[in-house]
Amino acid sequence: MIGIINGEVYDPQNGINGEVRDIWIEDGKIASPPGLGGTGGGGTEGGQIIDAAGLVVMPGGVDIHSHIVGAKVNAGRKFRPEDHRDHVRSRTAYTRSGSGYTVPSTFMTGYGYAEMGYTTVMEAATAPLVARHTHEELDDTPMVDKGAFITMGNNHFIMKCIRDGQREKARHYVAWLLGASKGYAIKIVNPGGVENWKWGRNVGELDDEVIGFGVTPRQIVTTLAWINDELGLPHMPHIHGINLGQTGNARTTVETIEALEGHRAHLCHLQFLSYGGEPGKSIRSGAEQVARAVNEHPNVTIDVGQVVFGQATTMTSDGPLQYRLHQLSGNKWINDDVEGETGGGIVPMQYKRNNLINAVQWLIGLELFLLIDDPWQVFLTTDHPNAGPFFCYPQVIKLLMDREYRAEMLEGIHRRARKGTLLPEIDREYSLYEIAIVTRAGTARALGLQNKGHLGVGADADVTIYHKLDDKEAMFARPYLVLKDGQVVVRDGQIVREHQGRTLYVAPPYDPGIETDLRAHFEECYTVSFDNYPVAPEYLSRGEVIPCA
Amino acid sequence: MPKFILITGRTTGQGEALHKGKESDEYRQATGLVEMNHLDRERLASLAPQGWGEPGGGQRVRVRTAFGEAELELRESDLPEGMIFVPLGPAANALIGAETRGTGMPDSKGLEAEVEPLVTSPPKLGGIEGGIV
Amino acid sequence: MKIENVVCPFCGCLCDDIVVEVEDNRITAVTKTCSVSRSFFLHAHTGPAHPTVDGQEVEWPEALDVTARILADSASPLIYGLSSTASEAQRKAIALADLLGASIDSTSSVCHGPTTIGIQNQGEPTCTLGEVKHRADLVVFWGCNPAEAHVRHFARYSVSARGKLTPQGRKDRTVVVVDVRPTRSSRTADVFLQPRPGCDYEVLTAMRALLKGETSDVAEVGGVSVAQLVDLLERMKSCRFGVIFFGMGVTQTGGKYLNIAELLALVAELNAYTRFTTMPMRGHGNVAGADCTLTWQTGYPFAINFARGYPQYNPGEFTAVDLLARQEADAALIIASDPVAHFPRRAAQWLSQIPTIVLDPEVNLTAREARVVLPTAVYGVSAAGTAYRMDNVPLPLKKIVDSPQPTDEQVLDWIIERVKT
Repeated sequence: MIGIINGEVYDPQNGINGEVRDIWIEDGKIASPPGLGGTGGGGTEGGQIIDAAGLVVMPGGVDIHSHIVGAKVNAGRKFRPEDHRDHVRSRTAYTRSGSGYTVPSTFMTGYGYAEMGYTTVMEAATAPLVARHTHEELDDTPMVDKGAFITMGNNHFIMKCIRDGQREKARHYVAWLLGASKGYAIKIVNPGGVENWKWGRNVGELDDEVIGFGVTPRQIVTTLAWINDELGLPHMPHIHGINLGQTGNARTTVETIEALEGHRAHLCHLQFLSYGGEPGKSIRSGAEQVARAVNEHPNVTIDVGQVVFGQATTMTSDGPLQYRLHQLSGNKWINDDVEGETGGGIVPMQYKRNNLINAVQWLIGLELFLLIDDPWQVFLTTDHPNAGPFFCYPQVIKLLMDREYRAEMLEGIHRRARKGTLLPEIDREYSLYEIAIVTRAGTARALGLQNKGHLGVGADADVTIYHKLDDKEAMFARPYLVLKDGQVVVRDGQIVREHQGRTLYVAPPYDPGIETDLRAHFEECYTVSFDNYPVAPEYLSRGEVIPCA
Repeated sequence: MPKFILITGRTTGQGEALHKGKESDEYRQATGLVEMNHLDRERLASLAPQGWGEPGGGQRVRVRTAFGEAELELRESDLPEGMIFVPLGPAANALIGAETRGTGMPDSKGLEAEVEPLVTSPPKLGGIEGGIV
Repeated sequence: MKIENVVCPFCGCLCDDIVVEVEDNRITAVTKTCSVSRSFFLHAHTGPAHPTVDGQEVEWPEALDVTARILADSASPLIYGLSSTASEAQRKAIALADLLGASIDSTSSVCHGPTTIGIQNQGEPTCTLGEVKHRADLVVFWGCNPAEAHVRHFARYSVSARGKLTPQGRKDRTVVVVDVRPTRSSRTADVFLQPRPGCDYEVLTAMRALLKGETSDVAEVGGVSVAQLVDLLERMKSCRFGVIFFGMGVTQTGGKYLNIAELLALVAELNAYTRFTTMPMRGHGNVAGADCTLTWQTGYPFAINFARGYPQYNPGEFTAVDLLARQEADAALIIASDPVAHFPRRAAQWLSQIPTIVLDPEVNLTAREARVVLPTAVYGVSAAGTAYRMDNVPLPLKKIVDSPQPTDEQVLDWIIERVKT
């Protein structure tokens, strides 16, 4: 048994806000205190006591949206050796070497997250055709528990069902697909737009037509939202909306929220979708408008995708967006269209303080954090590596907790950007409790992970202990201790023990009769056989099914 | 000796034969040949010793580059004049240099080669011994 | 017993519709294969059951001890090959290289390594093969000869394949071949351009210039008339979905990666007019997988060295041909490839001067020069695992027959264990 005693505990799911409490761990789970009717194996005999006096104790971090593994991320790594050369990690007796800054190699990613106090990370987008690749890479991503979202917003089978008014069939297909790809959630990226990109076009409105299918983005989103609820999936449909990066997209973002008609949904990296102003004119913040919509719709959660000044690598399934970024920046461009399912692209990017657009993007993210009232609805991400690398999360935490630091940073950005922003008037500072919500308690809850993001009895013993420092960036960058499944894996910001995390996935039941339709679909649509498509359980060295409701 | 541009590459013959083993006759035959345009072959025949290229006289040549040489069986094909083709294999390796110009990739195509007709002799083995450096 | 949907692991097509008949643990027949695949399956007989050291048969523990000692005692070992084994084995090979501080390189370096360098400069507009099958109405084969090297490519993916927008197959497509010589592929083409050897770079840059609206004051570039280039560009601009497949004809000649960079830039620029993509014709069945595994584990796709304790990348420095030709490697572990059969003589020779260990199902030409030969199971026949198609789609390889030989993955595990102690 392990006892973490005398620490200042922040466990928002259980309402604990900085109380000094003891946390007990047994067999990798949070346990009742010894001798108090719990499993309490003979007090602390043979166990370990960690004295956390004066330290902050939180559940391990849970990242709800990050691009860390799979075909797209790997293509990003491969074409950016310049990203890796100055950022290397040497091997040790029990850790592997690695390289990379915005696109770190897999071992480096796992170690980096753990050293930062994160214990669960969700891969934001995987095309099911190449899910096998995602799982191979996840297997080589140590330390953290993990899962992958499966892109479905441009899926031919689903669009055909919508066109033919067969949403029940689509529901069974989605259930089958999640199990076949060993995925965790439904991901929607620029619904309809990625299919249109295969014709050189895009979508711009929720009621635009998808070429060759005659369905609309609105129909794709609402159908998948309905399916998500029908299947009782633990997470909501995870949506990268239409018009990402375009001036004036705040309007279609709000329309998308309204189109959900009360169905639960998570809107990702919403900073990129909160732009005001007129299309074709200069960028302005639409954060106020979007924040209001989020405040009015408790069925919606978001993650911000906060810009961090410096290097980034944009990588999304949004093919037309990525082409546009290539044209705007002139930077090298990868595009990858995936048959019958999705597409995507990659373009390196640099965010500069004295670039007006980047400065406004930076402001918009902060405005979203500070204008959305309920921290249970707004989560901290940088859409790694699109808006910045994940190890910059501590910097973002500092911006939220320290308004003087924020004001100082504000001085350093493009002058004109400072003019239009509400930021100087916003005094709000996040508390440690709220930070715990936006980095673990809230994300775990939105993901439907009942054993994560909190320290109640029965939770996975993923615990992070921080020094309580005034400089919040330093505090969160280098935890004192990180425990994973009840074992100390990080001490003073260094890996002390290797650990293989679990891959979490869902396997909702479906009508086996759908196989006939699937075989026909594969014959017609794919260049791989139906029988070779599903990912066998052996690919997940520690797979765990999360039940559906 | 007439000069040519040397191209190397895969063929189905070489691909099929390599599964039978690189010591097999099929592999040696599939990789121990060089293709040439018929006009070039005629010119070569006019320089060759008596009987070369005739039935019973065989049609073997020595191909030489700056890096090495190989003895190969000559075949006619649809190549442009001035070009010869050798399938991937031990003979091709003897002809290719190891200079990669910092890329890792040796110059494997477009090399300058000389071709000399030979009187018939038994085929040489593959591997390190194939050809003479 | 009939086994369906078998993946043929031989070339980058990774056809996954092969039917294999097995009786008494032997493959007796195959259908749907091309002639090369057929030969692969029917001759995937087990090689030797026992390892050898210095030509003498030994038991596995001894062979592994000798191997581990060779590698652990060397100052600059090279691990090379990887393209005909499963990703699971590739990952172990990289772990071993990390442990040893070795150099590690795959057959990419003599194949599409220049493509990777080109992509690192320019990016790559690409797609999966199904997109070509369904949408492509203009298909260009540049410096490659699929009729000989990727035999079912035309039928399954690119020329006669029938797709949603290409229901008439061949009739719905215009096929262009660019090659320095006529080939079996060029004979099936609608348009055949024949540049002079080593002139692809000039041709590609001329095309980019013409695309940008430049006019030409010469009549031909690199042996191709400007009129032909203008015609090709018009077809490219006006197609619905175009693709350039390319191969050794552009990676191995002249500018090498510079040729590829021009090709990639041209394809990117064509997207201002229509949708255009490109794809390298990967040769070996899992060389794309080697790129993938090396990249995800180290950050780099080939030409890697771990001597400093972290991965470094430098084609020309850590590529196998160079390390061997410059005699910088002092030991070699060759996995699933045959450099003695495919490397320039000067590089291949060094392998018989240094202690070389070979992991391969067959006693290949490299094995004949090796100190230690470790026979392993044929992947996709006696060893299951994962292989990546030329478009990076990963497919599951089946184990169809048993073999007394261990898998590459297993042997590498054993070696790692021993090196650690």
